[in-house]
Parts: sequence; structure tokens; C-alpha cells
Amino acid sequence: MEEKKLNIQVDGISYEVSSGKNLLEACLSLGMDLPYFCYHPAMGSVGACRQCAVKRYKDANDTKGRIIMSCMEPVAEGMIISVNDPEAKAFRTSIIESLMLNHPHDCPVCDEGGECHLQDMTVMTGHDYRRNVFRKRTYRNQYLGPFINHEMNRCIQCYRCVRFYRNYAGGTDLDVFAVHDHVYFGRHEEGVLENEFSGNLVEVCPTGVFTDKTSKKHYTRKWDLTNAPSLCVHCAVGCNTIAGERYGMLRRVMSRYNGAVNGYFLCDRGRFGYEFVNDQKHIFKPQIRVPDEKKMEEVSEETLSVYLSEALKGSKRIIGIGSPRATLEANFALLTLVGKENFYFGLSKKEQALVQLSMQILKEGPAHSPSLKEIEKADAVFILGEDITNTAPMVALAIRQAARTVPIGEAVKSGIQQWHDSALRTTIQDQKSPIFSAIPFQTKLDELAERTYNASPDHIARLGFAVASLIGNPANEVKGLDEEQKKLAGQIADALLHSNNPVIVTGIHGGSVDILKAAANVAWALSVAGKKANLSILFPECNSLGLGMMEGKPLAEAIDLVQRVEADTVVILENDLYRRAEKQTIDRFLSNCKKVIVLDHFINETTLKADLLVPVGNYAESEGTLVNNEGRAQRFYKVFPSEGSIIESWRRIRDMMKMTGKKEGASWLIFDQVVSAMTDAIPEFAKISGHLPEADFRILNLKIKRQTSRFSGRTSMNANIEVSEPKPPFDVDSPLVFSMEGADQVPPSSLVPYYWKPGWNSYQAMNFYLDEPNGSMKGGDPGIRLIEQKEKVQISFFGNDTATTLIPKGKWLILPVYRIFGSEELSSMAPAIAERTPAPFVLMNRKDAQAMSPNNNGLLTLKIGQVSMEVSLRIDDSLAEGVVGLLVNLPGMAYVELPDFGELSQ
Amino acid sequence: MERPLTEHIRQGTALTLKEYLKVGGYNGVQKALKSMAPTDITGLVKSSNLLGRGGAGFPTGLKWSFVPLGDGAPKQKYLICNADEMEPGTFKDRYLMEGNPHQLIAGMIITSFAIQADKAYIFLRWAYKKSELVLRNAIEEAYEAGYLGKNIMGTGFNLDLYIHTSAGRYICGEETALINSLEGKRAIPRAKPPFPAVSGLFGKPTVVNNVETLSWISHIVEKGVDWFKALSITGEGGTKLFGVSGRVKSPGLWELPLGIPMRQVIDEYAGGMSDGYRLRAVIPGGASTDFVPAEQLDVKMDYASLPPIGSRLGTATMIILDDQTCPVAFLHNIERFFALESCGWCTPCREGLPWVEKILLSIEQGTGREEDLEILRHHTKYLGPGNTFCAHAPGAMEPLQSGLKYFHDDFMRHINEKQCPWKKRN
Repeated sequence: MEEKKLNIQVDGISYEVSSGKNLLEACLSLGMDLPYFCYHPAMGSVGACRQCAVKRYKDANDTKGRIIMSCMEPVAEGMIISVNDPEAKAFRTSIIESLMLNHPHDCPVCDEGGECHLQDMTVMTGHDYRRNVFRKRTYRNQYLGPFINHEMNRCIQCYRCVRFYRNYAGGTDLDVFAVHDHVYFGRHEEGVLENEFSGNLVEVCPTGVFTDKTSKKHYTRKWDLTNAPSLCVHCAVGCNTIAGERYGMLRRVMSRYNGAVNGYFLCDRGRFGYEFVNDQKHIFKPQIRVPDEKKMEEVSEETLSVYLSEALKGSKRIIGIGSPRATLEANFALLTLVGKENFYFGLSKKEQALVQLSMQILKEGPAHSPSLKEIEKADAVFILGEDITNTAPMVALAIRQAARTVPIGEAVKSGIQQWHDSALRTTIQDQKSPIFSAIPFQTKLDELAERTYNASPDHIARLGFAVASLIGNPANEVKGLDEEQKKLAGQIADALLHSNNPVIVTGIHGGSVDILKAAANVAWALSVAGKKANLSILFPECNSLGLGMMEGKPLAEAIDLVQRVEADTVVILENDLYRRAEKQTIDRFLSNCKKVIVLDHFINETTLKADLLVPVGNYAESEGTLVNNEGRAQRFYKVFPSEGSIIESWRRIRDMMKMTGKKEGASWLIFDQVVSAMTDAIPEFAKISGHLPEADFRILNLKIKRQTSRFSGRTSMNANIEVSEPKPPFDVDSPLVFSMEGADQVPPSSLVPYYWKPGWNSYQAMNFYLDEPNGSMKGGDPGIRLIEQKEKVQISFFGNDTATTLIPKGKWLILPVYRIFGSEELSSMAPAIAERTPAPFVLMNRKDAQAMSPNNNGLLTLKIGQVSMEVSLRIDDSLAEGVVGLLVNLPGMAYVELPDFGELSQ
Repeated sequence: MERPLTEHIRQGTALTLKEYLKVGGYNGVQKALKSMAPTDITGLVKSSNLLGRGGAGFPTGLKWSFVPLGDGAPKQKYLICNADEMEPGTFKDRYLMEGNPHQLIAGMIITSFAIQADKAYIFLRWAYKKSELVLRNAIEEAYEAGYLGKNIMGTGFNLDLYIHTSAGRYICGEETALINSLEGKRAIPRAKPPFPAVSGLFGKPTVVNNVETLSWISHIVEKGVDWFKALSITGEGGTKLFGVSGRVKSPGLWELPLGIPMRQVIDEYAGGMSDGYRLRAVIPGGASTDFVPAEQLDVKMDYASLPPIGSRLGTATMIILDDQTCPVAFLHNIERFFALESCGWCTPCREGLPWVEKILLSIEQGTGREEDLEILRHHTKYLGPGNTFCAHAPGAMEPLQSGLKYFHDDFMRHINEKQCPWKKRN
């Protein structure tokens, strides 16, 4: 619906507000202090808590007015209301009195204390005297798994938890039980919360019922944290986070609003994966290999410098291996150090090919890579070959919302307000937008799909090509489809053609070039048919796309080069090569190198093979730019001040340039300088330049403080070591300061280290950092899109030459399967994530499984090439005959390049 | 005096289809389905001014007229009979269902035709085991005789009728909570709009009518508006089932003209107060209506006459408070019921009613304080209409607000004497 500007009068003052909103949203957007509980900007209004009551007057002559719930009232032209009316205020106070009848009075021992919405609202309404003399109601708490702590006594029954968990995130194992003042929010029995987005309960709950269990183990009050605007590094979606530190330990991660990316939420891997930063595998000191011995020895920076310099100067040819989990700046620094001709992507053979093909599709075709917000608004979705819930969970959450786009549109046409959640749900019931999913095995999103097509990758690609040919690429007709495939292709083509904003989602996790090409063809065909062609390609790591935008050669070529003794020294940047190629290959490669220089922040198989191990900062210890799936460059900032040998990768490499006599790095004194060198050198990154405030940015001459004004212990927290108060460490690289002293104003959107407004200490203070609820951050959402589709371009469709996969006798076609917990390198080091990580398994259909005979431990032996592993067997009847899914990327698991054929035996 | 709804009801067994047909049953169905257009039926019921007999008194024809008809409207529509009779002191629907089930079924067929619904449900209170048996038999008979199912009486109209026995919550009597419950969801009321007539059961247009209301339809179609209007003493039309419970000589249920004075029902039909008991006040229509004090017994029992004296007709099943029953204990009993039956959705109701209940118990037990009365008075306004999500808590506050007014001295005696005067320790 078209948005208009309306005038409303609040307490005698006229304001201009946007149409299509409810009164509560309008008041919050105007910066007013109007308390509420059950309303949530992403989930709309239901009118349960009755906290946001205001007075509404019929007209200027009406002096009596009546109490209304502002969240349930659409704004209307000329509306006259009062927030400060004594009767409305008294009513709001009564609501708090009701809620406080049973709420424990123990804020000092509650994890939510100090950032509790209930606390804030109680103070705001002025309720301060307890009239109730009766006993409080009590509940039994439940064990809900490693992520979430449950304290039901604190519950104020706002119903936001179940509305988020069930309605928004599609969970089924959290519900409301019982009635009257004994309603209970929990599971039907104790157990791990199954939904991938359960961590959001921490922020959705207005009080301390659901709190962060990982943070509880090293708990710190919100006001005592040193925070930084950060980014999630656990997949390629690029969710914005706030990471908080105290006493040198990362304490927790919260979501940071970005209207174009993650909105209000995070997935559980993103929220709870942070503890790898505190892991004992963290490298704090430089190490060198003791000559003729296998062990490594910690050395001083000076010694490292001597050895590094020697190694670099004494080398015949240095090659650099970049990383999809390192920043653009670190990769660029390495590329500069070794030169273009010596820079290699540290990707597996298959991934390299897929990333480069993806770049070609995104850069040269007419497909737009949609933001998460745009995916949420899609009115038709076609998923090809990607188990999104496990590879890019927040994209799956966006698709869950897209499933409601069409029916919401219909309901809004019939006069229902978009924010009126209960009316929408009454009307919509089970109606869904058309969603189609073509994937070899069952996925969680299947439940939303109009049709799910389970088949091997070659068939999925052929279905995609067929859909494309029906939509707008008739020259490429797919021959030999069976009736069912033809019908399905027709149905999908029809649904996409009847939509206004279709989104095609695919990815490179499945390892299929054909599926990627088919997805591109569908998107391009849509553009031929005059439709908006949205194509979302999902990449595995936080900077996969950023790396792909640079120029780099395949890892295999580096291996050959060293084999041919044309290069003798390798610099490996934040990359465990044992996750990129088979063990023997990497073993041979590293032993062929005269010197192996590894820069990384945690011990892994590759660092164990280093001759020189250079410690670098992880994401909490450095700053940098990452490019997400969408092609959006975003920056994260240091949570910890630089200390000792923990130095950003780009600075480490800059110093190595000095040793080799490279001049380029000489001017890279601060981060902005490496960024500008990079944007000058690589045209693809040009837009990054100048889109963010630089390090000298100030608000009224002050830097932006990472700590709240209530930060405690400033003068005493290190008094056991040093009684004088040290000067706060200076952050030369950013406008942020490691201090509680700094600008009080709301900083630019990309530099928000925490949310706060007087009276609003909880996460809900975020409302006042947005232009409107669920809208954009004031001043625009963080990040800048680097890739835009070519509008008028001659499309050269990919040919549909997909070969049918013939499975050799006695072999199985092994496809990669991913899990949100375990299939990502960094997060799987976090204890809570490790607790949720499954043991290796294969999936196969029941019939195939019957022919298997597991050993006494119930395990099978899987052989792929030279690699052999023990796996358990799980049934998934949607897998085609002869096709097996293998859970991959688990910590410690041997690398295999999939899809491939393999053998299964006892 | 005509008693169209109950004249054929006898003690013990329900009217069979054969017996019902003998007294002219299903003639209304014949007439409606064969000779009337759906909108004509709605128009007829509208002009009869039949007011909803479930308690709220909303004009029935008007409710039907909100259902979108024609090509642009959703094809699927539903009729639901609200037979979740859980209002304390109320047992009128049970009497109709167990006595003359076909009268209800006939009404439901005509109503379904009027709103073009081809599926209808009877949402039945779980405890009404006998009603369930009787209705199931009657529905079976109706299917066999071709009054239900496909192509009813050769008219091309189809209707399937189902019984849903509820899990037993008072809130299911609220039509939107009933719909949620019927869909298999938690029985909590829905926000209105959208009203059920537009978006009801499974999101489709739905009419929810009470048993007594639906039992009228066949009669009105058959005998007309003028006949119906002439049945009442005042202008509202029709008779009404009136009940009396409490310490009267013969408690019971009678079909009487709307507008009959309360005193007449109590004295003439219920036989007056039992010996040794004096009437102090009457709750006129189920527990969620205001007390009518003894001085006001001449009030006419209809929808329009009770509001001016601060009460409502409700279900018209009166509960009498006598002088030997403690009004505080009486109120506590009522409020305990309402507190337990709160669905737990909105704050004032969920938290307010239990507090009220605890205070009343405390006063009754002699531990109350004078300031508690202030808290009670506060709640009668705080839980008022518009402040809560549905009418449950405002209904619960009706007897309390009038009770606090009429029985102030009794409350004070409890507080001052630190015990219940009706339960004096010796």
C-alpha cells in the first residue's frame, strides 16, 4: 500500500506520521516513551498485554475520551490522542502492578537486570508500591539445552516467545500450556530447544525468562561490557552483531539491527559460536619450528621478526594463499606482498570453480542479488539444491517470512492492517506464497513448499533448465523429462511468471556447477520475460564472495608450482588447508615448501605444520571488511584493544613487506590507508571507499565510546596489577574509543556499539535508532552493495548439457550434507555449539539402508578415494536410490571433495 | 400463552423425528429451502428483531447479513451452533437440546441455507453427555430422512452437520475463542475486526448462534414476523426461556414472554422464596450480570429494561441471593470461577481476577482490610469494557461492582468483626 503522511495530535502537539502504522509505532518513531510488551516490530500487534494504553478523543470537543490500546489502533488523519492523560497513565501503572503481582523482586541476581524491558517499563510508569499481600505464583524451570536458560517465575506472559518461536521461526517445541494465571511457556517436556533461532528468545523476551546460557558461564552486566559493532563470521549472510568483552574475554554476542540484512534477529550459530574466541586453541605468541625437531617453540616478537625476515629474503619465490574467512584487507595485503601472479585462493578445486562461476553470473548477467529484506518480501521462491536452514540459516528465516508475502498482500487488500498480527493470522490460516524446493534430501523448509522435488543433482539441474526454458529460454528445451518433471517444471514456471518479486535461491554448498548454471538460467529467463530476476547464491564462508571478487589462482596450481620447485616459500593467511584438499595432497605440498609461514589466530592442522607461526587477531581483535552473499561490503570493529602479539593480519603482512623491501605497505599506518590502497588497486572495491566514517570522525570532537556511561570499575578493575588508572588504549583505526567517555549522541548506523536511550536500558532501545519500526537504521542501513546486475545485456544462457549421473555398480553417489551446528569451522570450537554437533553420519533411503550391515557399534565404513571414515546411518526416504548424503566439514573430519562416488561397507 | 420452543418437550425422552414431523416439524425447512431466497430468510429474521439468546442480545438477522454472499465471496462458509453452555446458573440450552433436538437441527438447516454454508458444527459443552447422545441420534435420523447431507429435499442444497464436544472451558462460549478451539488452537478470543462473519472458522465467513436462537428460526420462517412479535409483552418479540435457581420453592425453567416482570417469574412460577428465607438480590442472567436488589423486582425481564437499573438480561436464568447466604462468600464463589476460567491472554484479566478472588476469600475468612475494598473497586473499573481483550473480565466485574454497592455493610462487618457473620464461631 502507498505510504502517505498523516497528521495526528498527541497531547496537544501536531505531528506528521506515516500511514499504514499503528499508533504505538507512530509514537515510538516520534521518540516518545510509551511502554509496551507484547508488540514486536517484526511480529506486529496482538493486543495481549494492554500496556500501551492511551486516550483517544473523538474530536476537539471530546474532553472525556476513551482508553484504547495504541498497538491495535491504526493511525488516522486528524486523530487526537493523549499519552499523558492521567487516566491513561493510571491504567498503564495498573498493568505494571498486575504484572508485578507475581514477578520476583530480585533484579540484582537476575541476568536480565540492567537491560530488562520490564524493569524499564516499571520505572517508566512509576509503579513503586506493592499493595498485594498474597503469595507469588511459582513454576518449575526446564532444561532447554546448551543455549538458553529458563526461569519461568519471571514470566509476564506477553506471549512474544511463542509468537517468535512458532509463528515467526517455525519452531514446534516451545508452546504455551495451561490457563489463567498459570500459563506456562516452555517445552512439553525438558529438552533441547530444536529451532535454529532459539537464541532470539533472549532478546524477544522482555524480561529474564529466557537468557543466554553461554554468557551466564562468564556473566557480565550490560553496562560493564566493552562493545563493538561487529559481524558474524559463521556463514556468508553477514549478520550484524554487537560483541561485548570484559577482562579480556568475549562475553556474548547480541544482534545488531540492519534493516537490509538480519533485521532484529540472529541464528543460533551466529549468536553462540563466539566462544571460539576464548578457546584454548587461541594463539597468543609467535612460534617457530625448532630445526630438525618436530615441535614448535614460542618465541618473542623480535626473534620472530629475525626468522621471518630471513625466510622471506632467502626465498626464491614467495606464494600467498588467501582465505575466505579473512578480511578483504588481509587478503589484499597478502596479494600486495606476493604480487598478483603469486596470489592463490585458498579454496578447494570445486569451490574455486563454483565461486568464479558465481562471480561471472552475478557480474555479467541481469540477475539482482537480493538482500535478506528483499527475500522476505518475495512472492515466489524457487530453491535449487541448497539446504538453506543449515547453510545460511537467516536466509531460511527470511524465506519463512516470504511464505506469508502473498497471503498478507491479499489480507491487506481486504482492509486488514499489515501490523495486525492476530487479524492476519485469523484470515491467512495456512495459505502460503508459492515456494518450490528441489534438493536431494529432506530439508526443514520443505514444510513451506508447495512442491518439493527430491532427486540427484543432475535431475535438479535438468528441472531448473526446464523451468528456464519454459519461462524465457525456449531455445534450450530440455529433452527426455518424464511426465512428472514436465508437470512440475510447468507449475514452477507458472508460479514464477505470476509473481511480481520472485527469488531464486541456490548455492555452492552442494558442489554442483550444473545446478548453479540452471539457477542462473531461471533468473535470466525471468528477466527475459520482463520480471525482476532475483538470484541469491549462498556461499560457505564470511568472505567467500569478497575473496572471489579479487583475482586469485586455484590452490591446485600453487601445489603444482611448489611440486615443480618453482616456489619455495608459502604464506598462508588464516586458512586451514586441510579443509580444502585431501590430507596427502596438503601434506606433500607443505613438506615440499622450504618455509611455511602461517598467519592464524587458532591452532589447527595447518598451523601445526608451520615453520613460522604468526599470531593474528580474530574478528574480535581486529577490524576489517567482509562481503556477504548479497555482495554487500560491511565492516566490523575491534572489541578488544590490540595487545602483545595479537596484531591484525593486514598489519602483520605490512610488516613483512618492509622485510622484503616492498614499498606499498610503507604508507599503511592505519586501517583507512590500507582500505584506500585496496579501493585504488581493485576497481570492484571502489565503492567501499568513503562509505564509512574514517578514523578521524568525531562527534563534537569526541570519539564514539564502546562502553556505556555506567561502566563500572574503570579505576579499579585492574588495581590488583596496577593501582594507577591506565590511559584507555587508543584505537587509531576507527572513530571508536575503548572508554566510557565519548560522544553521547547516536552514532552513524555502522558504528553503533550498543543501544541506549534514557529510560530504555534494554535491547528495545533499538527502536530509537531506526527511522521507523522494522525500517532502516537512521541514516541508512550499514554496508554498501558492490555488485549490481547489468541491466541491458545480451544474455548468453548456459547450455543444458547436464550429463546424467550413472552410478557405477557397487558404488554410491555421495553428496555433501551440512548441519548448522558442526559444519562451520570457527563456531564448532565453541563448547555450546560442540554440544549440539552430531557425530558423522550418512543419510540414505530405507530400502538402500536395509542392504547395509553396520558393525557392532552400529557404524559403517565409508570409502571415498583414499579416504575412509566411520559413520552412523540415518534414514531419509527422500534420497534417490543409490544416493547417499554425508555430513561434512565436522571438526577433525578428513576432507573429501564431493559429490563423488564412494563405497560403504561394514 | 404460546410456548413454541418447549410445548412439545416432555420429561425423560427427546422428541423423535417421527414425533417432531407429526407436530409440523421441518415445515419451516421445506418452506425456506423450496420457496425462499437466502437473502429473503435473512431479511425475515432481521425484521423479526430476534435478539441473540446467548446473552449478548445481538440482532440475529443483522449478524447474518454481514456474511458476504455471491460470486465474489468465499465459497466455503460455516455455521456454528454455540452449545457450550457454561454460564453459571444457566441450563436452558441443555433443556432444548435434550428435549427437542430436531427443532435445533431444523433451525440450523435454514440458517445454513440463509448464509449459504454447507458445513455446520454444534460446539457442545463437554459435560452435556446426554445432549450429545440425543443430538447424535437426531442428526442420524435427519441424515436418513434426507434433511442433512447432499441435495436436501431435492433442492440442491447440501449440508453436513457435525458435533464437536469441547474440552470444557468457559471462554469457549466467546464466539472467537470457540472458533479457535474448534480449529484445534488454544481457546483464546480473537481480535475483532475481522468479525467471524467475514473471517471466522479456518478464515472463512462464519456465523455463530446460540442454541435457543437457532431453535427459533424454523418457527419464524413458518409463522412469520407478526406472530413472533406478538409473543412478547414488550416490543422485543418472542418468548424466552427463564430459569430460577436459589432458595425458592420450585426452582426450574419456563418459557415465558419477554418482558414479563421478574417478580412474576419468581413468585408465580418459582413459587416464591422457601420458608424462612428472604430474597436479598437477584443476578438476572447468569453469573456475569449485575445484582438486581430486592426493591427492583418489578423490572421487566427483557433486553431493554434491565440496563436502566444497572444490569442485563444475559441468559435470563436468575440466581437468587437469600438472607442466609453470605454475599461475600457468594461473590467469592463467582469470582473464583471467573479467575479460573480466564484464558490467560490479556494482563488485566489474567492477573486481576485471581487477585480479586484472593481478596474476597481473605475478607470472607476474616483477614480482610478496609483498603482491600479500594483494590476491589479499582478492579471493577480497571477490568472494565475496552480495557481487556474480551468481555470475560468485564462480565466478571458486573456482580462485583453491584455487590460492593449493595452489600457494603456486609463487607464492613466481615472486616470489622474479623470473621464471616454467617459463620459465627461460638
